[in-house]
Amino acid sequence: MTSTTAAGDPGPVYRDDVVRWFMIAAVFWALVGMLVGVVIAAQLAFPLLNLDLPWTSFGRLRPVHTSAVIFAFGGSMLIGTSFYVVQRTCRTRLFGGAAADFVFWGYQFFIVLAALSYVLGASQSREYAEPEWYLDIWLAIVWVTYLVVFLGTLITRREPHIYISNWYYLAFIVTIAVLHIVNNLAVPVSIFGTKSYSLFGGVQDAMTQWWYGHNAVGFFLTAGFLAMMYYFIPKQAERPIWSYRLSIISFWSLIFVYIWAGPHHLHYTALPDWVQMLGMSFSIILWMPSWASMVNGIMTVSGRWDRLRTDPVLRFLVVAAAFYGMSTFEGPLMSIRAVNGLSHYTDWTIGHVHSGALGWVAFICFGALYHVVPRLWGRQAIYSGGAIRLHFWLCTVGIVLYITSMWASGIMQGLMWRAHDSLGFLQYSFVETVAAMHPYYAIRALGGLVFLSGTALMAWNLWMTITAGTPAAAGAGPQPRLQPAG
Amino acid sequence: MADTTKREIDAVTGAPLHPHEWDGIRELEIPPPRWWVLTYLACVVFALGWWVFYPAWPFIGGYTKGLLGYSTRAELADTMAAVKAAQGPMNSRLASLDYAAIRGQPDLMAFAVAGGRALFGENCAQCHGAGAQGQVGFPNLLDDDWLWGGSYGTLQTTIEHGIRSTVDADTRQSAMPAFGKDGFLTRGQIADLAQYVLALSGRAGDVAAAGRGAPLFAEQCVACHGVGGTGNRALGAPNLADDIWFYGGDATAVTAQIWSPRHGVMPAWSGRLDALAIKKLTLYVHSLGGGE
Repeated sequence: MTSTTAAGDPGPVYRDDVVRWFMIAAVFWALVGMLVGVVIAAQLAFPLLNLDLPWTSFGRLRPVHTSAVIFAFGGSMLIGTSFYVVQRTCRTRLFGGAAADFVFWGYQFFIVLAALSYVLGASQSREYAEPEWYLDIWLAIVWVTYLVVFLGTLITRREPHIYISNWYYLAFIVTIAVLHIVNNLAVPVSIFGTKSYSLFGGVQDAMTQWWYGHNAVGFFLTAGFLAMMYYFIPKQAERPIWSYRLSIISFWSLIFVYIWAGPHHLHYTALPDWVQMLGMSFSIILWMPSWASMVNGIMTVSGRWDRLRTDPVLRFLVVAAAFYGMSTFEGPLMSIRAVNGLSHYTDWTIGHVHSGALGWVAFICFGALYHVVPRLWGRQAIYSGGAIRLHFWLCTVGIVLYITSMWASGIMQGLMWRAHDSLGFLQYSFVETVAAMHPYYAIRALGGLVFLSGTALMAWNLWMTITAGTPAAAGAGPQPRLQPAG
Repeated sequence: MADTTKREIDAVTGAPLHPHEWDGIRELEIPPPRWWVLTYLACVVFALGWWVFYPAWPFIGGYTKGLLGYSTRAELADTMAAVKAAQGPMNSRLASLDYAAIRGQPDLMAFAVAGGRALFGENCAQCHGAGAQGQVGFPNLLDDDWLWGGSYGTLQTTIEHGIRSTVDADTRQSAMPAFGKDGFLTRGQIADLAQYVLALSGRAGDVAAAGRGAPLFAEQCVACHGVGGTGNRALGAPNLADDIWFYGGDATAVTAQIWSPRHGVMPAWSGRLDALAIKKLTLYVHSLGGGE
């Protein structure tokens, strides 16, 4: 597999059409998902906005928000960039021909049907795994096809070694397949009905769900986006990866340790103590493997620090890595039982999730989008650099409003729930804690709205880049130049 | 593939470059920072220590118990036992004395009211409000307008057996007839009656209608609500003359209530709360301002 390409061989022609579709879908779903997020945040602050209709109630819209941002926006970015990156780092065309088209249309079909089913009231009531059995089967088919396309491309690569991003993408695809299939094992009530019941019961069902739920965070929202970070930061900074060894150690540590950490979602429940303790201890071991990637990502900018001032795209990517570090410090902290006793079931968890989802996942996606869109559509640059800068600050302000209000609200909530007097009597009724959260809920909704406005600005900017951007110079068009490795 | 025998050096960091390259991306051969390695090791050592002291690893037929013999259930039991022990002397005094005697002992009264407040927040605030202020259909417990009575004894009975409970044979029962729905009165008569009832609290809008309602009231309502509409606690019939309204004090709300009255339900708590808890709740509600 060494560089045997004869001189003058133009190399493979990459399949970028499917990547372009995924990027358009990702931006569309980002707008939809974040809009629904703002709506449900406003519903919590002002319950009247539930409109007293089942289809618009918080309970049905909440999974629309989570699925749209995680699986529709995040998923489209992950699959799209994986097709972009794997071709370039393997110097080979995407494997499987029409299979990639099927992955795109099959995945989008799944998203639309899942969102419709939530609104109409069909749900497994498993967090982040709400789609019922018939959609789960469909997604499994799409996902295995995706695995075949990705793996086939890797196998037919024209580079001697597999780049670190592709390791992460592969771990993401394989693990999500396993998690999805096992967690969704269920018995349908009838072949023509939407309802099904889980194969597992009681605490085992809860453990299976959170083994899935935690590793959806670990392998979808972490491993997949680390793959993006390991490609787009060095490309945008035009610097080598800071530490080859750190990237290898962190990859294998993350893969081996993450899968154990799920039980920390079930502290102080019927789950046996030993499972809780094991989950907690592995969560703490996980701290440094997570930070290794943050260190590696940020230090890759060594020698190019000045560009953080001049290149807002690099700023998105590097701040994403910083937020990744922050939320992967907070996660192990919250997994400690004594801390979890305060934080669990409160808004602190929501704040934690969004520091990761907005600061890490969304920012790395924004950086990647600004990087790939001009290249995919053969444009010299993004239409408006000023709009990127404004987008960065809108989203940063939005995140700060969101996570600080949820920290304050969550810690207050936890303290109010446990407050008792010297005689041992609780001090607050539940409804008093709900009333106390109102101002923070209003601030959170405002933060979400500001973040959404940044995303809308990006959508406009990307649209203008595609439709009105200056074409790139000849030879640097949509079909990138290919050079043999080193 | 690049030549691996000759090491390239990165000019910025001075570190050697790894020979591989992908799409123009190279990697530096910089070792992991010392602080990172040490912190990683410290986390692993912490986990190993945790496994020694706490339950952690499964094996066939059991799991490692840990040197501390820790169990969440035991910890909870200990905490609850400690609270119970601390409250023990107060609780037994409370159980042995009657309401009048408790009232004479300020420390015991403070304990009972604090406990009753916590119980109220947990069990009663959902309907009566966190401050016992009530809402439409759920009475305000801060005032002295009682449906069934505000003495210690009547409050305790109401809490124990509830109102229109379907599971307690001794529950408080009252059922105002549906005068409109069941055809006892016409729409016009009910409109007149509503004006009369409003007039009892000085709210009349239509004096002529209220006048037509007076004989209807005497005929249909006084049996329960009394002459002048001052109510009857034995039947749970509200006082209609005090301008305090259970389901609303305008013509629409009063008309609706006469046409087809709502019969609100309060659960019977005797099966769910023990006698001591009900005693604390009685003392708490009585202390809110309207106790008799």
